[in-house]
Amino acid sequence: MMTTQTGSLEKPVDVASPAATGSRLQAIARGEAFSPAIHAELEREQSVLDVDDFNLWYGAAQALHNINMKVPAGKVTSMIGPSGCGKSTLLRSVNRLNDLIDCVRVKGDMRINGQTIYHKSVDVIELRKRMGMVFQKSNPFPMSIYENVVYPLRIDGERNKAVLDEVCERSLRGAALWNEVKDRLQESALGMSGGQQQRLCIARAISAEPEVLLMDEPCSALDPIATNHIEDLIHELKGEYTILIVTHNMQQAARVSDYTAFMYLGRLIEYGPTATLFQKPILRETLDYVTGRFG
Amino acid sequence: MSAKTDRLPSASGKRRGSSDGSATLLAHGEPMVWLTGGGLALAVVMIVGLLGLVVYQGIFTFLPVPVVRSELHDGRVHMGEVTRRESYRPAASVIDSMPEAIQERARAEVAATDGWAKRRLVRTGNFELSGEHFDWVSDYEVARDRFPEWALVIERVTWGRFYGEPVAFEIEHRLEKATSAEAQAFAGLLHPAAGRELRFRVGGVLLAPEAVDQAAQVDACIEIWRDPADVWRQFGKYHGDVRKRLERRQRLEKHDTGKVSHRSEAARLELREAEIAAEKAGQRHGPDSPRTAEARRRLEEQRVAQAAVDAEGLGEFQRIRGEIQALNQENARYRMVMKTTSTAETPVSLSDIVRAYPANQLSLGDKIGIYFSRWGEFLADDPREANMEGGVWPAIFGTVVMTLIMSMLVVPFGVLAALYLREYAKAGPMISAVRIAINNLAGVPSIVFGVFGLGFFCYLVGGSIDQLFFEAKLPSPTYGTGGIMWASFTLALLTLPVVIVATEEALSAVPSSMREGSYACGASKWQTIKRIVLPRAMPGIMTGMILAMARGAGEVAPLMLVGAVKLAPELPIDSVFPFLHPERSFMHLGFHIFDLGFQSQNSEAAKPMVFTTTLLLILIVAGLNLFAVMIRNRLRKRFQSSAF
Ligand SMILES: Nc1ncnc2c1ncn2[C@@H]1O[C@H](COP(=O)(O)OP(=O)(O)OP(=O)(O)O)[C@@H](O)[C@H]1O
Ligand SMILES: [Mg+2]
Repeated sequence: MMTTQTGSLEKPVDVASPAATGSRLQAIARGEAFSPAIHAELEREQSVLDVDDFNLWYGAAQALHNINMKVPAGKVTSMIGPSGCGKSTLLRSVNRLNDLIDCVRVKGDMRINGQTIYHKSVDVIELRKRMGMVFQKSNPFPMSIYENVVYPLRIDGERNKAVLDEVCERSLRGAALWNEVKDRLQESALGMSGGQQQRLCIARAISAEPEVLLMDEPCSALDPIATNHIEDLIHELKGEYTILIVTHNMQQAARVSDYTAFMYLGRLIEYGPTATLFQKPILRETLDYVTGRFG
Repeated sequence: MSAKTDRLPSASGKRRGSSDGSATLLAHGEPMVWLTGGGLALAVVMIVGLLGLVVYQGIFTFLPVPVVRSELHDGRVHMGEVTRRESYRPAASVIDSMPEAIQERARAEVAATDGWAKRRLVRTGNFELSGEHFDWVSDYEVARDRFPEWALVIERVTWGRFYGEPVAFEIEHRLEKATSAEAQAFAGLLHPAAGRELRFRVGGVLLAPEAVDQAAQVDACIEIWRDPADVWRQFGKYHGDVRKRLERRQRLEKHDTGKVSHRSEAARLELREAEIAAEKAGQRHGPDSPRTAEARRRLEEQRVAQAAVDAEGLGEFQRIRGEIQALNQENARYRMVMKTTSTAETPVSLSDIVRAYPANQLSLGDKIGIYFSRWGEFLADDPREANMEGGVWPAIFGTVVMTLIMSMLVVPFGVLAALYLREYAKAGPMISAVRIAINNLAGVPSIVFGVFGLGFFCYLVGGSIDQLFFEAKLPSPTYGTGGIMWASFTLALLTLPVVIVATEEALSAVPSSMREGSYACGASKWQTIKRIVLPRAMPGIMTGMILAMARGAGEVAPLMLVGAVKLAPELPIDSVFPFLHPERSFMHLGFHIFDLGFQSQNSEAAKPMVFTTTLLLILIVAGLNLFAVMIRNRLRKRFQSSAF
């Protein structure tokens, strides 16, 4: 379904006047309303995930303010922003992992392929099966490599060995891990290296063929070579999967993603094609951030 | 210095202080090292000391020691094994009360060692002759110690040990009112044997065959060996057969008789059930209704059936009794005549002897053999003589079975409770209260659990079960009294907090990243718990189980109320249908130790047994724990990540 809802995507009023830079961030810090700069290219994209006026509170503290954003299908979208700005929170809101935290309260909605995510009638478990998630710290389960990969199928009650074998191989190949582990599938996953473990988690995340792949700083605990592996992997997965990735590494965002969203203090500030955002952003603040002048 | 630190309370100030080299000892932390290290050392010394004592005392109990024959100055003679030596200060009055002739020497001897004297505890045995099992002998009383070559240590079925020197071995052949000629003819048929004498018993008197009057009636012909070596050889030859007959007798008494009485008991119960049914039918449907008549008819049938079973049982009993009598008679033919210190000669029937050995001529191999044979008896046999002798097999069995049942009960319950507390319950005052209550439960004195178990499990639950299912057996209780099942329940309750606390800890130690990973894959809460949380928490749960087992296996106080007994005639698992008898009372090593140490008549003999049994209990608890630890380590290996 083509989403053309762009009601909130209005052009910001004052475009990058240097004087306004500090004051705009101050205004945000004061809690004043702010409308983000959304680049026009996004309107032409077909979206998989739509975030509509999404707010989230941890207890009394608001962590997300009025987020409106659409994640284009088959593309890699990265989220950047200073620590604590709510990137992980937003990512975890997509598959409602925040439901596990008692004090969380939300307002607004998200839609995946047009279907609402935040509604009482939504079966959270079914919803999560439509998404794969990779965490900052790799979290293989205490079982064999094989069982780790087919875990999403196992909990669906899949028993057919042929199906499981096929999925296992496909996912491990997809995560560029097959050649390394094909002879030790029955060994414990905890005996792998950190980078292998993270790729295993990616294999697990894609084994159920999710509609969206959520990645929260998947490389932050890895060395450059393992990071390269994963970045290559993201490139390969692109097209097949829609990927939403959080990263602290500006170069990485520039390398792997098609679109980039810049967040600050729980707000979406600017969102557009990666190249534009990094070279000629609409807002001065974005330029300051990506060039390392603040944040 | 103190002024300096007062002035400079900041970290930098401290650092400067120590780099000056003028810091106090306390600042270096060395006193704390000594204090904490000292605490640890104390704990280690205590543990090692405890274990060392138990192991040292327990391990030598079964070692055979020489038999010493001490002749005292006052003419008394002691013969037996020296179990212990110690120094003491003899009171002057003791020496004063000695006979004049030896007072001087004793006094001089004691004075030479500054008023100290040595004495030894001699196990003199022969209780039925002397009325004592042990005797203290002071060194200054002893005129002479000898180690008689043929002094025998005899472990008997009853009356404890016997020490003596063999003077004869006798085999009796009973003759039915034989004439002298017939007896002679019979004697001629016996195998000739070296060193053997023949005697005929005529009217209670033993006579040499030549001296028997032609007209006399001979009651028995007796073969006699008098040389100690011959006696010992003959003993070795016949003792095995005698033991076998004894075992056969025991089997008849226990197993066969048990089967018969079990059958007649079952028939009696059926009759009683029929009676109850008839009575109830009469009350419910009136005395004339067809149902009552039917019930009455069945009752009559049962009466007939029971009478038949009883008659059959009686026949069977008589057959068994006859066989037992024959075995007894056969065994009574063999006896050894012993010379002791107190009486001239005492016959000891071979069937009374469990084990005998010439203690002063054992080779090392013999000693080791006896040592292990005693361990074997200890581990595998039933107790004898008010638990003082024999083995502790029923107690081992009871301890292990009870501990296993307890673990099987407590682990699932504890894990379920902990799962609810940790995974499902919403934190709040209610849950906090429950948690506090559980933690406090761990501190409740165990006897309280015993009282609860007795009141609730035995009387209330067990009583109700009896009312419902075992009415025919009433008023004698089936489940309404202590038993291994109720003991296991009680101990499960006692150890529940341990398992809950350990499991909760293990559950909370499962990293949240793993749970989130599972949820993110679309797993439900229960799937996450079952597939991720529980396996991962398993080692911790096993730790809880190990702690519970260690606590439960060593607990005695509550068991005394809910089913542990001094002597249980039957094991809770045996070959009689339905094989498992959870209602039976049982023996327990912990209770056995208590019983040996504090309830026995013969406390000196009990002492080494206490240590040996304690050693065994420790070994069993350690063994059970080791088993669990091994399982835990195997589990743990699976969950250890090599990547960081
Ligand atoms: N479980 C929680 N309970 C309360 N507040 C939380 C919780 N998790 C996050 N927050 C708060 O929400 C805000 C956003 O956190 P979030 O983890 O989304 O930041 P982030 O952008 O991912 O930061 P980083 O780049 O450091 O990972 C922070 O101010 C944080 O303190
Ligand atoms: Mg984060």
